[in-house]
Amino acid sequence: MPVEIDIAHVARLARLDLSEEELEGYKTQLGAILDHAARVQSLEGEPEVEASHPLEFENAYREDEIRPSLDRDEVLAQAPEARDGYFVVPPTLEGD
Amino acid sequence: MEKALHELTIVDAGARLRAGEATAVELLDAVLDRAHKTEAQLHAYLTLDREGARAAAEAADEALGGGDDKGPLHGIPIALKDNMCTRGLETTAASQILAGYIPPYDATVVTRLRDAGAVIVGKTNLDEFAMGSSTENSAYGPSFNPWDISRVPGGSSGGSAAAVAAGSAFGALGSDTGGSIRQPASLTGIVGVKPTYGTVSRYGLIAFASSLDQIGPLSKSVIDAALTLETVWGHDPLDATSYSGEYPDLLARLDSGVEGLRVGVVEEFAGEGYEPAVEEAMTTMLQRLAGAGAEIVEVSLPTVDIALSAYYLVAPAEASANLARFDGVRYGNRAVGSTTEALMARTRAEGFGPEVTRRILLGTYALSAGYYDAFYGQAQRVRAALRDEFEAAYHEVDVLVSPTSPTVAFRAGEKVDDPLSMYLTDICTNPLNLVGHPGISVPVHVDEKNLPVGFQVMAPALGEMVMFQVAAEVERLAGFTARPVLEEVAG
Repeated sequence: MPVEIDIAHVARLARLDLSEEELEGYKTQLGAILDHAARVQSLEGEPEVEASHPLEFENAYREDEIRPSLDRDEVLAQAPEARDGYFVVPPTLEGD
Repeated sequence: MEKALHELTIVDAGARLRAGEATAVELLDAVLDRAHKTEAQLHAYLTLDREGARAAAEAADEALGGGDDKGPLHGIPIALKDNMCTRGLETTAASQILAGYIPPYDATVVTRLRDAGAVIVGKTNLDEFAMGSSTENSAYGPSFNPWDISRVPGGSSGGSAAAVAAGSAFGALGSDTGGSIRQPASLTGIVGVKPTYGTVSRYGLIAFASSLDQIGPLSKSVIDAALTLETVWGHDPLDATSYSGEYPDLLARLDSGVEGLRVGVVEEFAGEGYEPAVEEAMTTMLQRLAGAGAEIVEVSLPTVDIALSAYYLVAPAEASANLARFDGVRYGNRAVGSTTEALMARTRAEGFGPEVTRRILLGTYALSAGYYDAFYGQAQRVRAALRDEFEAAYHEVDVLVSPTSPTVAFRAGEKVDDPLSMYLTDICTNPLNLVGHPGISVPVHVDEKNLPVGFQVMAPALGEMVMFQVAAEVERLAGFTARPVLEEVAG
């Protein structure tokens, strides 16, 4: 099956600001990889799809108890920009 | 000739410590000196934590002097792949996007190593975000193989493998998403283990593909690997996928041999693409196992032929979701953008290297509207079919075996421009990640170019006891004593 890739759309979904030239290069490489990956469609029969965990497994709940969390100042110290206990970002919308 | 300190196994180094013939500080000095003389050639480490390690070694000596023996890793210098968070010590996942990142917490495996008295020497190089098979995708430059510095050490845990093989650590932790512990162990002549999915906590491991990722040891011997794994594994409430039942005893059957065990040879892991030295090493070991009393059985797992295709849909799909968190807002580096979205897209384009970008695009595509069922959904069905085949095989045999890698270490640069040929190097290892079962690579042979060949032993989920039993016998039968000859150059 030839694979159709709208690479600019995919890059937008992935929040990757790539140049036209970069997009073309990735499109070619993805085409070759997806040609190989499309071999999954040769699987015959319909296995029962299970959860991905190989072991018997139940949902894990933690105890509802108060525990110390990470120190806010230490966490914010790793942010590119922070002020008054908040992460700082530019406007989320364009314009004034 | 008596071995130098840095050449000792964990077991032998521990014996010296307890006999009062060496101190933890001396063990640390031995590996740091070795690193000083080999790092210019190998680049196994991204960060050496000389001060932190010295403080830990002094504390280990003091504790042992006071009769407080914390177990087999007490006072032993261990290296960590740089995708495991270490409080106060830079952790980059070999990516520019995390350059300078200082985690505010320790990964659970790090806490467990510290509690066991281990000395953390430093953080080792990897393919960026563990995506690769050669450690050439590191944003900080590649690592090289101590057996031949024109060749790769494998990957993505190539720095951990090179450090252990060269003696600049007594053991190391790596992570294995598609073979990233076992393949570099094979290419550098050491032991590497991917345990059953869910047995080692992933809390604090920088996520690549969450349903496949598993931390495990890289070691100089099978027993060292067992002792390291016993130290770090076990239930952790901080990882929702952590297994909370009974864990197997890894040491119980190390000396039991293979008499009467049924060993299945996977037919699909042979033929085109497998180097003659790899196939010869396989044949020789199978003869020796038969001579030691094992019954050798041919096993066919037909879905293995499309496992790699499934892997390169599942792993990138999960990666594309996991790596969405690197957006230049909460941690890591930030590029300039006039809006938040522009800032994120620019930060990610500048911060991720080509292989990571490629996999994010691939995963985003495989999950996008209109393609999900044909790619990701179908890959999950392949995964279920593969698990059914493995489980059926384990009704007939106790363990399965194969080469770890179809080739010995390849030359640096040889595959770097051909992603698909790089992906094919994981063909024997990634099926186990898809099914969640454990595997171990044991060095068995050195080819005519003096490059090591690894032998993989696989077992069902939680079958580590029989896996280590067979691996220990493989190690004895191989009598592998070769070591890389590496000229020491002051760094």
